[in-house]
Amino acid sequence: MNDITQGLAEAARLVVTRDPDLVNISLLSLRVTLTALVIASAIAIPLGTMLAIQRFRFRRTVIAVLNALMGLPPVVVGLVVYVLLSRAGPLGVLGLLFTPAAMIIAQVIIITPLIASVTHQAMRDLWAEYHDLLISMNTTKAQRIATLMWDGRRTLLTATLAGFGRAIGEVGAIMIVGGNIDNATRVLTTAIALETGKGNFALALGLGFVLIGLAIVVNLAIHALSRTEREGRW
Amino acid sequence: MTRLLPLHLSGATVRRRGKRLLGPVDLKLDAGRLTVLLGPNGSGKTTLLRVMHGVERLSEGRISWAGPDDIVERDQAFVFQTPIMLRRSVLANLAYPLKLAGVGRASRNEQARDWAQRIGLGCALDTPAPRLSGGERQKLALARALIRKPQVLFLDEPCASLDGAATRDIEDLLRQARSDGITILMATHDMGQARRLADDVIFMVSGAVHERGDAQTTLSSPETTALRAFLNGDILP
Repeated sequence: MNDITQGLAEAARLVVTRDPDLVNISLLSLRVTLTALVIASAIAIPLGTMLAIQRFRFRRTVIAVLNALMGLPPVVVGLVVYVLLSRAGPLGVLGLLFTPAAMIIAQVIIITPLIASVTHQAMRDLWAEYHDLLISMNTTKAQRIATLMWDGRRTLLTATLAGFGRAIGEVGAIMIVGGNIDNATRVLTTAIALETGKGNFALALGLGFVLIGLAIVVNLAIHALSRTEREGRW
Repeated sequence: MTRLLPLHLSGATVRRRGKRLLGPVDLKLDAGRLTVLLGPNGSGKTTLLRVMHGVERLSEGRISWAGPDDIVERDQAFVFQTPIMLRRSVLANLAYPLKLAGVGRASRNEQARDWAQRIGLGCALDTPAPRLSGGERQKLALARALIRKPQVLFLDEPCASLDGAATRDIEDLLRQARSDGITILMATHDMGQARRLADDVIFMVSGAVHERGDAQTTLSSPETTALRAFLNGDILP
């Protein structure tokens, strides 16, 4: 209990004094996570919608694999990305290992199946509702996907926020591919892991509370910008 | 304007899981008429409408329109028994078919506002369509179907479970559509509605056309025992 109180006090001190290290690692956390989120959403949302409306061979298998990939162990993803980006690996020439770009790649791999799977389930229900209308209106496949994505945008926001939640709290993969280098690839989660390892629980808890606060602020901001509660009545 | 009609069906048959739902049906649909499909539940009315509209595939037989395929796909519309509302405002629902057709935003919004006024929803432009009452939703669905001025309109029991006032509004819209030259094929269980609206009647039993003819003659002096029984309100086997 004492540790938690000290953690809260430490979090307050870090925020009030605008601790430069905290600002740097918070901004890097946001930059990496939001970039990964945008890239993953751009892949996963059309993919999930397409899987909802398109019938093709092995579709069920693809969906089952996608659902299974939601539980990808981040450490394994980190390891695979590490091997690919390491100097001896096939993508070693890009020199991305231990950079924020490597962390973004790992996060994209981790959250894309999650967003695609939630999108697919939401779009499948909406497609069942719209099917006859859109077929009778002789819509093209692109028009169907666009209509479903637009009318299901609030559910897609939930899928995206689930991806954000998973990405911002991720530690295993980005620790491996980012290396937790001070002023280069250190983010909130890896900093928490480091401080915990050093036995500096108050600071680790403080950073943890900042991380939770950051996640809540981003969620609220996205809800406010998309006017979810105001227009969500239909 | 390229004419879609007449529409010919020859030997049109639909089977699902070994069960025959429709046919074989041989039928010709002429332009400018309001034809009512009558028959008990399961007689194949909805399947026939869906086949003609192209949302249901034939298992056997042929369906042929007088016009080319692109016009066929563009110039017909369908109103379902349970209206399907897009999760958008009344205005956006009305404008949707025009958007698909590539009509500019200003023009499609103007037409959508005009249609909203005609169906009494001029004050509800920004209301989410799924929140409308059943009658309002069906009027909106009908207006959305008519906004692109189709040559042929299919309706599957559009007034089922609507009250008298909403039914009257729908019928007024259908009369107006017919006077605008739109060919209408409508399934209904409402004999009063059939008598009020129909130019022609098609009576179906067990997936086949049992009797057809102009409404006045067919409904006043039916040729078959089955239609006589149906008009008397008897339960058909």
